[in-house]
Amino acid sequence: MANTAADAATHTGAGDDPSRRDFIHIAAVAGAAGAGLVTLWPLIGQMAPSADTLALASVEFDLTKVAEGQQVTINWRGKPLFIRNRTPAEIERAVKDDSQPMRDPAPDASRHKPGKAQWLILIGSCTHLGCVPTFGGGEYGGWFCPCHGSVYDTSGRIRKGPAPKNLMLPDYTFLSDTKVKVG
Amino acid sequence: MSGHSTYEPKNAFTRWLDTRLPILRLSHDTFVDYPTPRNLNYWWTFGGILSLMLGVQIVTGIVLAMHYTPNAKEAFSSVEHIMRDVNYGWLIRYTHANGASMFFIAVYIHMLRSLYYGSYKAPREVLWLLGCVIYLLMMATAFMGYVLPWGQMSFHGAVVITNLLGAFPVIGNTITTLLWGGFAVDNPTLNRFFSLHYLLPFMIAGVVVLHVWALHVTGQNNPTGVDPKSKADVLPFTPYATVKDGFAMVLFLIMYAVFVFYMPDALGHADNYIPANPLVTPAHIVPEWYFLPFYAILRAIPNKLMGVLAMFGSIACLFALPWLDRSRVRSMRYRPMMKVYFLIFVVVCIILGFCGAKLPDDQVIPGLTTVKVMESDLNSYVWLSRVASLYYFVFFLVLMPFVALFEKPLPAPETIATPALSHPAEVPAEAVAAPEKKG
Repeated sequence: MANTAADAATHTGAGDDPSRRDFIHIAAVAGAAGAGLVTLWPLIGQMAPSADTLALASVEFDLTKVAEGQQVTINWRGKPLFIRNRTPAEIERAVKDDSQPMRDPAPDASRHKPGKAQWLILIGSCTHLGCVPTFGGGEYGGWFCPCHGSVYDTSGRIRKGPAPKNLMLPDYTFLSDTKVKVG
Repeated sequence: MSGHSTYEPKNAFTRWLDTRLPILRLSHDTFVDYPTPRNLNYWWTFGGILSLMLGVQIVTGIVLAMHYTPNAKEAFSSVEHIMRDVNYGWLIRYTHANGASMFFIAVYIHMLRSLYYGSYKAPREVLWLLGCVIYLLMMATAFMGYVLPWGQMSFHGAVVITNLLGAFPVIGNTITTLLWGGFAVDNPTLNRFFSLHYLLPFMIAGVVVLHVWALHVTGQNNPTGVDPKSKADVLPFTPYATVKDGFAMVLFLIMYAVFVFYMPDALGHADNYIPANPLVTPAHIVPEWYFLPFYAILRAIPNKLMGVLAMFGSIACLFALPWLDRSRVRSMRYRPMMKVYFLIFVVVCIILGFCGAKLPDDQVIPGLTTVKVMESDLNSYVWLSRVASLYYFVFFLVLMPFVALFEKPLPAPETIATPALSHPAEVPAEAVAAPEKKG
């Protein structure tokens, strides 16, 4: 009789069923965790580039402004863009080095558009820590980064110093022989 | 905060308050009656100086924010507006800019003091870890503050430091894009740095409260490293420590004032008075002086990821220090071998600072060309930084764990009061302790 009373006390009270209570606990914690994540999502998402930053303006550039052996630097997506009109000597030097061991191997032909070897268009941001390399420094006839001493050759390939990659190539197309569209 | 409170409310109001919010009791127990070891020297005054500097930076910073414009187009000219047009703007800005340097001078002395006297050892590990967190927050705050004037050094410093995080494989580019809010350091970056630069000092203040709390639980270490054993070993915080801290603060403020009033730009870089130009990097880019040793470690390694890992590792060593040091003797006063290695460590940190300010391929001894190893001449700052970085890591990872095995500690006094009050002329020969027995 006493047993029955005890059983009745544990089984009839609302919420005394352990499995039901566990379910409520788990559901509440899971709900709170889910709500927390959903709240966090926009707070982290706002850090990502905004719509106007993403609406990247592409740049058209008139190549007749760059004489042979010259380089023009323009601002593209907040970074410098090198548009270089290479001399035959520079091209020859770059092609000759194609067989040399390199950190980020790439033949010179893959660094420019077919038949446009004189036009080298690069993102002028050192692949080490983002400084702007200057042309004419270093022992490979190309660019030298003043910050930490990375040296690029006349094809913009990394040859010495701490940078891991060649200078990056942007997406670009030739609209005509004298006009390129970058981006 | 520890032990029995001796606070007695003096009048009806304080008695009324004490039963509702015992804030006067807390202040009394923390800053008046708190027992401090009687032998604390002037190296122990830098905690107070640091609290003062945090206050100065917060007050001057809030005032500067009333006149500054966090926009890439206007930031530089708004700083010039503060310098030229705002009443006393030059004073407030120079106080804030030099205040960062003074803050770091004080924190480096404070950290080296902990290192020398073993203040990071049991039971003060949490106290030390909280200090390391404060130091990390300070570095983040100082870096973001330096970006705000949007000069050439601001901009390209931000480019270089944020690109460090891009070194990590897979997630690196996502992190930098999230940090920049774009594909390069630009206006969104400046805006969020301003927001965080305003936030972090208050987070520092919060961790300082925890730091002081932890300090008051364990009590202060002291130059002997021997725990206080009786009332003879301690003195009340007020007036003894308050007056000593106050005197040290006055001396420190004199040095600070010399910088603010007579050489306000000595610790900055002239290139930061050129407006930011993303298309041209300054020929010689350097961080502020307090980051130079870490910058030298970064450049010592000719691999991007490894260099970044070494730089973060050099700070991680600080966090691991309480568990790296295997000696049971706290104070290096009684550690004849470690004392020498410590002095070399201080010199090495200063050498690393000099290396960080030089171009990697500059010659240490002018005109001398030696052999090239790993693409750099041996007589170059990059090689000097490599040797110095090696010692930095050996100090933490090899000397700290293993010197204790060979070192024979000198005898430490039985109590703080013994040497402080009687100054024994000589130590009896039989008092020389065996290794690993003292502490």
